[in-house]
Amino acid sequence: MLGLERKDTLLLIAVAFITLFAPIILNPFPAGSALAQFNAGYPDLMQRFVIFGIFAIGFNILFGLTGYLSFGHAAFLGIGSYSAVWMFKLLSMNVIPAIVLSIIMAGLFALVIGFVSLRRSGIYFSILTLAFAQMSYNLAYSVLTPITNGETGLQLTLSDPRILDGASTGGLPVTSLFGAEMRDTTTLFVGPWSWDFSVGYYFCAVLMLLAFYLSVRIFRSPFGMMLRAVKSNQQRMNYTGLNTRPYTLAAFVISGMYAGLAGGLLAAMDPLAGADRMQWTASGEVVLMTILGGAGTLIGPVLGAGFIKYFENIFSKINDGILHQWFAFMPDGLENAMVAVIHPFIGKGWHLTLGLLFMLVVIFLPGGLVEGAQRTGRLFRRRDKNADHVESDAARQRAAAE
Amino acid sequence: MGILEVKGVNKRFGGLQALGDVNLSVKENTVHAIIGPNGAGKSTLLNCLVGKLIPDSGSVMFDGQSVLGRKPHEINQMGISRVFQTPEIFADLSVLENVMIPCFARRDGAFRLHAYETVRKEAGIREQAETMLADVNMLEKRHMIASSLSRGDKRRLEMAMCLVQTPKLLLLDEPTAGMARADTNNTIDLLKEIKAKRDITMCIIEHDMHVVFSLAERITVLAQGTPLVEETPENIKGHPKVREAYLGEAQV
Repeated sequence: MLGLERKDTLLLIAVAFITLFAPIILNPFPAGSALAQFNAGYPDLMQRFVIFGIFAIGFNILFGLTGYLSFGHAAFLGIGSYSAVWMFKLLSMNVIPAIVLSIIMAGLFALVIGFVSLRRSGIYFSILTLAFAQMSYNLAYSVLTPITNGETGLQLTLSDPRILDGASTGGLPVTSLFGAEMRDTTTLFVGPWSWDFSVGYYFCAVLMLLAFYLSVRIFRSPFGMMLRAVKSNQQRMNYTGLNTRPYTLAAFVISGMYAGLAGGLLAAMDPLAGADRMQWTASGEVVLMTILGGAGTLIGPVLGAGFIKYFENIFSKINDGILHQWFAFMPDGLENAMVAVIHPFIGKGWHLTLGLLFMLVVIFLPGGLVEGAQRTGRLFRRRDKNADHVESDAARQRAAAE
Repeated sequence: MGILEVKGVNKRFGGLQALGDVNLSVKENTVHAIIGPNGAGKSTLLNCLVGKLIPDSGSVMFDGQSVLGRKPHEINQMGISRVFQTPEIFADLSVLENVMIPCFARRDGAFRLHAYETVRKEAGIREQAETMLADVNMLEKRHMIASSLSRGDKRRLEMAMCLVQTPKLLLLDEPTAGMARADTNNTIDLLKEIKAKRDITMCIIEHDMHVVFSLAERITVLAQGTPLVEETPENIKGHPKVREAYLGEAQV
């Protein structure tokens, strides 16, 4: 189906199922229950899951396939956001032109930055991309204030021209897709549960599915095979009549365009773009997502993005008060001791937990969460097979006895 | 006129004259060996032929065209393939993919953005690669990851990757270096087989005289960056200049 092998089609269907039903799947606990704070099914967070999923999928096309580790991909995210906000200011509140411009601008910047950075490989390439991203960040903060609005960040104002929409009456206009407002949310109450279905989330989700599908196609294409060959042995590639430079540059531009799309979507959900979106911590985050999930695997980056965003938004909200509630059944002294031990790992300390987790994954599961899942799967399958052996042995013995 | 014509090539590294006025002519459809003691400039010469090094002066003509100033991938597209001292293969890819990549390179040129087609649909390329693998007796290993092959099989795979491109000239840089006797003999047989099956010109750089005398039709002896003699194997064996180059002052 769709030109994919059976295995990939199944994966695509599974991902589509999970993203489309995410508002239900991510809200397993009834609203108002003690565990409701672990619900991740609110529109704002779900949008982040899929948007950063797109970012990581694109990053994986570069890093996972060619092995070139870019430390400056947040620059393209920021460029995407700025482009989108400018489109909202000048043209229309429709998200389509905004996103198209985001992708094009990010692609153009990636072409220039990639052309220079890809002259080197390994650590030097990483440093060059990092330098470019930091340059973009600092320029956005200072010199380019007329375009980026510096520290305040680029925002919509009532005096924006918006050629197509004309002057809006009263209040700031909102982003929409041909009239369907991105912030529109329908809440469905089923018993004690409540599920939010938001236009913005579904718009992002459909784009993520499209982005995921395209990345599967790239992975399975001759071009994808060439990119893996680049990672494996560039010398052999050159002596096989292949020019590695355009291959790596194409991969760099494609992944830059994915980042631009993600940046555009961030702005489409919340029309505001600040320079911190380009900061090196943001570049590092996508590296973490990809490695945590499994670099070079299809689904890994999406998993990694979801995992990190969940930690950032849910784990960081657990505070001492909540811990005291959990351990209230214990004697007072023990309760306080438990809270004191766990305290550094929660709330503002969520980075510590994530860091430890990241270290564990890198050391014990170099293939990321995907490898973890595969190993678990194999363990169960082997057990089944062993069971078969035992049964067949028993059958043979029985046959011999008769 | 040979298929490969090297004229007056010089190459200096600082104070060291690595190649001094090298002339070499390789005739089409022959096996030509370049031998010489360590440091004679054999590898430097080879690197000048494939675009890794650019000679200071002189000319290198292949099939009527100059190769000087061209990049390695352009020279390969002209029809020169190279086998390395330690097999250079795509270790993380499957054996079949290793052979499919040169097929793509031959069909699509140095770069093509074929990102939306699937490899699975490339039946022609796949068939071409499988025929080649069958030719070197590796078809049953096609789904193995190349890094898990034995050293001999890696060498075989690298040859297959070069041959599937149907090069006009195959350059071999010490193809049996560091091999056990049995492996060396296997490689000799493989090369003989290859030569028997198709029209191909081979240029071998080799240390092992056993290999050279089993395969070569012409032999050039290189010493201190200059060719001493070019002869048939029979005439090389007792040649005084060759003895001198290998054993120092001949007082035998």
